[in-house]
Amino acid sequence: MSNKVIHALYNDDDILMDAVKKVKAAHHHIDEVFTPFPVHGLDKAMGLAPTKLAITAFLYGLTGLSFAIWMTNYMMIEDWPQDIGGKPNFSWFENMPAFVPIMFELTVFFAAHLMVITFYMRSRIWPFKEAENPDVRTTDDHFLMEISVHDNEKELTALLQETGAVEINVIDKH
Amino acid sequence: MSSHYEAPIREPLVLGDKSYHDITVDIAKPIEGKANKNWYIAFTISLIAFSWGIGCILYTIGTGIGVWGLNKNIGWAWDITNFVWWVGIGHAGTLISAVLLLFRQRWRMAINRSAEAMTIFAVFQAGLFPIIHMGRPWNAYWVLPIPNQFGSLWVNFNSPLLWDVFAISTYLSVSLVFWWTGLLPDFAMLRDRAIKPFQKKIYALLSFGWSGRAKDWQRFEEVSLVLAGLATPLVLSVHTIVSMDFATSINPGWHSTIFPPYFVAGAIFSGFAMVQTLLGVMRKVTNLENYITRLHVEYMNMVIMLTGGIVAVAYASEFFIAWYTGSPYENFTYMSVGAATGAYGWAFWSLILFNIAIPQLLWIKKIRVSFIGSFLISIAINIGMWFERFDIIAIVLSKGHLPSTWTRFEPTFVDVGVFIGTIGFFGVLFLLYARTFPVIAQAEVKSILKVSGENYKKLRDGSHE
Repeated sequence: MSNKVIHALYNDDDILMDAVKKVKAAHHHIDEVFTPFPVHGLDKAMGLAPTKLAITAFLYGLTGLSFAIWMTNYMMIEDWPQDIGGKPNFSWFENMPAFVPIMFELTVFFAAHLMVITFYMRSRIWPFKEAENPDVRTTDDHFLMEISVHDNEKELTALLQETGAVEINVIDKH
Repeated sequence: MSSHYEAPIREPLVLGDKSYHDITVDIAKPIEGKANKNWYIAFTISLIAFSWGIGCILYTIGTGIGVWGLNKNIGWAWDITNFVWWVGIGHAGTLISAVLLLFRQRWRMAINRSAEAMTIFAVFQAGLFPIIHMGRPWNAYWVLPIPNQFGSLWVNFNSPLLWDVFAISTYLSVSLVFWWTGLLPDFAMLRDRAIKPFQKKIYALLSFGWSGRAKDWQRFEEVSLVLAGLATPLVLSVHTIVSMDFATSINPGWHSTIFPPYFVAGAIFSGFAMVQTLLGVMRKVTNLENYITRLHVEYMNMVIMLTGGIVAVAYASEFFIAWYTGSPYENFTYMSVGAATGAYGWAFWSLILFNIAIPQLLWIKKIRVSFIGSFLISIAINIGMWFERFDIIAIVLSKGHLPSTWTRFEPTFVDVGVFIGTIGFFGVLFLLYARTFPVIAQAEVKSILKVSGENYKKLRDGSHE
């Protein structure tokens, strides 16, 4: 019984937002909401924690910057110093102005790519991944709210009906 | 309704009586329907040009760079002109999606997808030229800092040409990832609509299994914002570094401190012109007139006027300084009395005409909001910006410090063929894209429909909210 869920479909983002607020006010846990486009404020209304991806991007950027500093120092100063137009080849710091573009590009490269990879891993999206939206209309113009049923099917259905759902289905989730 | 408020004075960005479902249908239509005759004609022409280009590239590689019109003094000409031209065109996409996102400009949403596609395809073309110019393209990987057999001789991190390698690869790969992440929800929309099993499989693969959970969208928006923040300085850095290929040399005419900002402005100028050219055709062919409207065209023209103005001021200051120094060398730079009256005078005056004179027509509102007018002016700018790079490279190199070395550059049919080939390659990629990819970021457009849709605005303004 415990893996029974209710799928309530809405056809408008404003009605959905009101519904989410009402369901939360009635102290029900909303498992998931599937939407065709980003609905602003939905994450807050559902009580989702803010994402920490921006912080990871900052750390990845620092990694890229450090890598660039290590690489230019190792290749240009330590391993094989060359006289290039009389530029100082004995001290990384004195040659540093010429390395600024490389440091900048690698910072951006690491921050952008590693953040996006983290996003894909965390949201479990990658090539050949099967889609998990329960209804194909949720990528078109419908909004689907998923709530677990704990012996309160009737009460939930009544509540969702009241919030303006256009369709309510009770589904056995495997 | 009040959360969707937008000032009535702002014109709607989505025209017609559209619902969310209508947007889905409109944007899926060009992909689900059959291509018309015009598409096949354009595709065939592009493919022929592309094949001709491949032939010329193979001839160049097989025989050597001697098949181009280069000589001892003019060691860079059409190849680098084309490289800089394509990189410049590739600047609008990321500017639209990143800078305009940071400035919260909603009009970007109808055009960012195609502009980014254009960026990526243009940077492909740009990347070809330095690789072909190496003469031995199979050694192209020597530009990467990898341990090697040559006495661990590393790449030279002091060189602007190597900075270019890093800047362009970072720009291309980050733009690609930015573009693809934005495409995921739209591919998911196509996947969920697809009826043919093969189509469904392809779009399921391309969409990476996007499901549209609230948490996914929260992360999606954060990632877009941070990528925009990273891509904004990145897009400025790319053409800055391209300009350093010239500015850090000691040639009069190239050794110029205003090159970085002036190149960046020129790049945005030419990039927006190319977006204008492509979208002018695409909105008609794909029946997306309700999404890419007069308002979008006008806004893009305003960016063109601003960046074109910066470029014009840069030309004027280059011209003035060349004259003011009183140095005879400076009289042979691309912006000087010597250039205007010399053997390359026609190239000089083409630049002035196409890049400065013609774009001034955009001050007239009637022309600024006209599709045909904008289209024609954008073509002029594309030509003008090509001449800018040609002038900077060929005019400066044709007159060195020693008059006995003065020479001219005459392109051979191979120079021309390679250039035409890249235009064909670009056309092939863009036409295939327009048939298989959602050309408008439909998820984003849906999110502004209630704010800026014509029907919603009317409803709201009528009720005096």
